[in-house]
Amino acid sequence: MAKDRASRSEGTSSVVSFGEMLIDFVLDVAGVLLVESGGFVKVPGGAPANIIVAITKLDGCSTFVNKDFIMDKHHESSASKFLEDVWCFLRKCFFSVLSFGPMPKHIAFIMDGNRRYTKSRNVKKDAGHRIGFTVLTSVLQYCYEMGVKYVTVYAFSIDNFKRQPDEVQSLMDLMKEKIDELLMEESVVNKYGVKINFWGNLSFLSEPARLAAEKAMASTARNTGPVFSVCVAYTSTNEIVHAIEESFVEKRDRMQERYCNGYTDESIWADNMDSVISVTDLEQHFYTADCPDPDIVIRTSGETRLSNFLLWQTTFSHLQNPVPLWPEFSFRHLIWAVLEYQRVYPYLEHKRSSSKKKH
Amino acid sequence: MDGNSRWAKARDLPTSAGHEAGYRALREMLRLSCAWGIRVLTVFAFSSENWLRPKVEVDFLMMLFERVLRDNIGDFSRECIRVCVIGDSSKLPISLQKLAKEVEEMTRNNSRLELFVAVSYSGRRDIAQACQKISQNVKHGLLEPEEITESLIAQELETSSTEFPYPDLLIRTSGEARLSNFLLWQSAYSELFFTETYWPDFGEADYVEALSSFQKRQRRFGQHIT
Repeated sequence: MAKDRASRSEGTSSVVSFGEMLIDFVLDVAGVLLVESGGFVKVPGGAPANIIVAITKLDGCSTFVNKDFIMDKHHESSASKFLEDVWCFLRKCFFSVLSFGPMPKHIAFIMDGNRRYTKSRNVKKDAGHRIGFTVLTSVLQYCYEMGVKYVTVYAFSIDNFKRQPDEVQSLMDLMKEKIDELLMEESVVNKYGVKINFWGNLSFLSEPARLAAEKAMASTARNTGPVFSVCVAYTSTNEIVHAIEESFVEKRDRMQERYCNGYTDESIWADNMDSVISVTDLEQHFYTADCPDPDIVIRTSGETRLSNFLLWQTTFSHLQNPVPLWPEFSFRHLIWAVLEYQRVYPYLEHKRSSSKKKH
Repeated sequence: MDGNSRWAKARDLPTSAGHEAGYRALREMLRLSCAWGIRVLTVFAFSSENWLRPKVEVDFLMMLFERVLRDNIGDFSRECIRVCVIGDSSKLPISLQKLAKEVEEMTRNNSRLELFVAVSYSGRRDIAQACQKISQNVKHGLLEPEEITESLIAQELETSSTEFPYPDLLIRTSGEARLSNFLLWQSAYSELFFTETYWPDFGEADYVEALSSFQKRQRRFGQHIT
């Protein structure tokens, strides 16, 4: 068999396939109906490439031709790797062109539309969220390849706890599962040395989800690569209340330390309580204290509101609301978002520097 | 109300002409809002960042604000409009501060429409001053830090005097897609409408378009609508 294969590979190709390389979403478990599927994985595809792979599996010889490349492969895994390399190269070309203009350092996403995606395609309930996670990992990769250092996503609002209990529980379970996936060897987190933050009132989460989040933060705390922040059990107004409480606690602890060290002048306490809540104090106690404000906020599915997401931090950010639902958000939408940002950048920068002077 | 300067520049007119045209647009918006039953209208007249504009322009705007208040006192009474000026008034000319207080007092009991005019206003400062008031209560032992809630902060914001402090719809003209330090806390769930039209050109047709857009939106507040 091996000898036959070798002799055939020295001859001319018996099948030549012309066409485009595509990326398909296929069921992660074979043999189930689409409506029963729990999830999807990305694989290279498209009919022209699929023909080549099938012929190769049958020990045939074939050649794949598209407008840029001629590929002559005999093994499915090699074909996949090659397609991935080509796609990676194309992305780098796009990013090189983009980098001639100002690039955002921080992009925030409100990932809206998972449930509507599920409904519109009549698939299993949490399929939309699962595909949404797959899209998220792709978008993270594209952002980090582009040089965007900070990516923040609005994954679960405190308001979302008002949904049906079984849906909330399902989302908690999914959250735990996906956080564990992020820490796997082959994930984008390990590839880029990403530091993960979870911002929000984590005590509201189910215990497995909370423990998974804490584990993810602990195990990536020393990473020095890009930063991925997930707002979960979060609202901006809750964050502000949290910042006020933290400011008071910090000040009270400092006062108690001074009393313990022999400083008993009560007027010091009173004076310091007057000055404790400044804009600087608030900003130092936000979850986002170590991150710059977002340059761009993208809310998918065409909705135009912030829904209590980073209200303080996004007041000078460029707001965008592309029509595609989050599971439909793709590379080209991200490129377009950056181009839009570059168009308005001069005015944004002028306004931002004016604001810094005022505080 | 963005775009006065660019409107004027596009017509080779001085910036002051743009602000005058903006004033006329505001009068029209006020008239339409009253006619259509809008209960609260908040306008961002001058932000804390705007103090960095050229002194000539700033002085002109301060005089314009005085003229707007003085010339429309009769209309406010006739149309039963309550006026409230929000923002850091300490930076305003004394005459404007005094006039603002007089107009607020004169219109205090009007209830058909509440007009909030944000002058020298910053959404971040609004939140910070609310926190300062709460810290006073903590200092005097009236409140523990752990008892601070979102409602308590909301009650101390400068817009708390109205029954409807949270805008349902926030319109920004001139194509700028950002909030620029306006009503940060209050607009957490507001529907945002961005239009390319400059403020002086924003008229009835644009207002209808914005309101129609609002009526088509599905407001979920974090839940699902089944």
